[in-house]
Amino acid sequence: MAIVEATGIHKHFGALHVLKGVDLVVEEKQLVFVIGPSGSGKSTLLRCLNRLEEPSGGAIVVDGVDMLSPRTDINKARQRIGMVFQSFNLYPHMTALGNVTLALRKVLGLGRAEAEKRGQAALDRVHLADRAGHFPGQLSGGQQQRVAIARAIALEPRVMLFDEPTSALDPELVGGVLEAMRELRQDGMTMVVVSHEMAFARAAADRVVFMADGAVVESGTPDEVFGNPQHERTKAFIGQIGRH
Amino acid sequence: MTNWERFVDSFFNARVAVEYFPKIVEGFWLTIVLAACIIVTGLAAGLLLAVVRAFAIRPLNLLIIFVVDLFRALPPLVIIALLYFGLPAAGLSMDGFVCAWIALAAVLMAFSEEIFWAGITAVPKGQWEAARSTGLGFLQTLGYVVLPQALRMTIPPLTNRTIAITKGTALASVVAVPDILGAANAGVSFSFNPTPLTMGAAAYLVLFLPVVIFGRWVETRFAWKR
Amino acid sequence: MTWDDFVLAFFSWQIVSEAWPILWDGLQRTILMSIMVVPLGFIGGTILALLSTVHNPWIRWPAAVWTDVFRALPPLVLLIFLYAGVPFTGLEISAWGAVAIGFFLNTGSYYGEILRAGIESVPRGQQEAARSTGLTRWQTMQYIVLPQAFRNVLPDLISNTLEVVKLTSIASVVALPELLFQARQAQSVTYNATPIVAAAVIYFILLWPMVRVLSRLENKALASRR
Repeated sequence: MAIVEATGIHKHFGALHVLKGVDLVVEEKQLVFVIGPSGSGKSTLLRCLNRLEEPSGGAIVVDGVDMLSPRTDINKARQRIGMVFQSFNLYPHMTALGNVTLALRKVLGLGRAEAEKRGQAALDRVHLADRAGHFPGQLSGGQQQRVAIARAIALEPRVMLFDEPTSALDPELVGGVLEAMRELRQDGMTMVVVSHEMAFARAAADRVVFMADGAVVESGTPDEVFGNPQHERTKAFIGQIGRH
Repeated sequence: MTNWERFVDSFFNARVAVEYFPKIVEGFWLTIVLAACIIVTGLAAGLLLAVVRAFAIRPLNLLIIFVVDLFRALPPLVIIALLYFGLPAAGLSMDGFVCAWIALAAVLMAFSEEIFWAGITAVPKGQWEAARSTGLGFLQTLGYVVLPQALRMTIPPLTNRTIAITKGTALASVVAVPDILGAANAGVSFSFNPTPLTMGAAAYLVLFLPVVIFGRWVETRFAWKR
Repeated sequence: MTWDDFVLAFFSWQIVSEAWPILWDGLQRTILMSIMVVPLGFIGGTILALLSTVHNPWIRWPAAVWTDVFRALPPLVLLIFLYAGVPFTGLEISAWGAVAIGFFLNTGSYYGEILRAGIESVPRGQQEAARSTGLTRWQTMQYIVLPQAFRNVLPDLISNTLEVVKLTSIASVVALPELLFQARQAQSVTYNATPIVAAAVIYFILLWPMVRVLSRLENKALASRR
């Protein structure tokens, strides 16, 4: 069953045509990796899926909900779509637990005790249960990003979006975040990941989508896209990445 | 007369407006002159105090800090009242213009010294050491290396503070200075019609609205890189 | 003039003790006025700042023009306009009423501008993260943006509050018997400058701690901004 069905997504920023009719289908429990050169529109596509960015045209259905319908309560719909950002975006004035429980209390309307129980459980899943009382400023970048993951999974979303989750991290901190993502995947979470972590993509992805210039160039299993790319642009991109 | 006619006759009375327009214009120029005097002397005195403070002579610095705190804590109108109504008791009578000038310049001096000093201390120690290591003297280092960096940093807060204090020129009307507000007040009591006040308010907007917008522009133009 | 004459004219204990009841009366009113106008301005400012974040230009622009106009008008002009101008229309406004309205307009605009800058200082990603978890626009403002905005501009908020308390002295011009007004009364009755000096000392004692705190906060802010 498809959890995410985006068809013909267009996005204009003024005169700039950033997405030119992109289709993306994500099946339940799949991990879809979106790769491509910078400026190819992959982050914009991701941000359109939960309408942080308003698409100029197309249709998006997530878990059976028409995201672009004016009748859809967007705040309710977003509960089912977790998002993790490149720059973490933790709330600096709240503890790790406070970051995780805010939406549980204010969006789901849980009581404090219940919210904190669920928040602790979410922190435990990213192995940060002992840092619940720390403020973001007291955590390393990798720990901050794992708190951000906990903040998203605490709402028990149907799908998780990762927007370059490791790009802002020092190399030695990347591993812990990828480990948390791998565990999520093992638990059966549906995930869409925009990232440059090619080794992780090969090892964990069910499908890889290569984008360039606002369009999907090709997609397939990691073996197909990395091992036997069909298009020149894909070959060039993968060749470049390989050299690094 | 309907309410609307009464309103227009009160606040936008053409006859009164024509009669008192020249007075308001005179007040307008006087306000500008007073503001210019305050800005020049206030900023100069503030910079001077900040430079003196850089010499780190302890008793002198404590005195500077006290004076700065004093003029930051006292309401400007209280200082003006002290000079205008108080000093004659010591046989020293100054005219309202001079009182307002001294009082507001002292306030601007205090605020700008604080800002200049913060700017000077924000320049890293390494800048001092690098300049001194090339043989530059203390004052040369201050003048050529430290102050140019410090001043740039101080422009946004300084601009906004200067604008705020300059608006205090209206307080001069309290000690019989015929600035914009003074002229408008006089006009109201002679004509028994508030139109001169409307004109006065308009004159202040003509003078300060561009300045306020300029201040906002400066704030973005010299925005701190974070 | 001998030293004794000087002390007698400016620092006479006898005059202080005679004038104390009336000064105390004025001080209470100054404090009461501050307690009234600071929250009033703060509420007005919060509303203006929130309006400035609305996407609809028909709401955002009038809020911006409002803010600039009342920041450009000297507060004394506004106060006199309300107190001495408006009654010509037949609408009587008491001194307290004029102070409340005038300070709401002027102070509210200043707080509004400060809070607007505070809201803009919160990175866009904070709102996106909050919205991505399903928080509404208003919840995001309330729990994520405003708390950080307040904290980021705390020195400016304190500084403005200090200015507002000092500004209450202009109410003396519209015969509201606050500290400065009472001091002037006492001075004209006793023909002695001591009451005004006493008022100045009271203001200083009242506001000096605030100035000290601010001076520290501002130095820290400028140092961290480079």
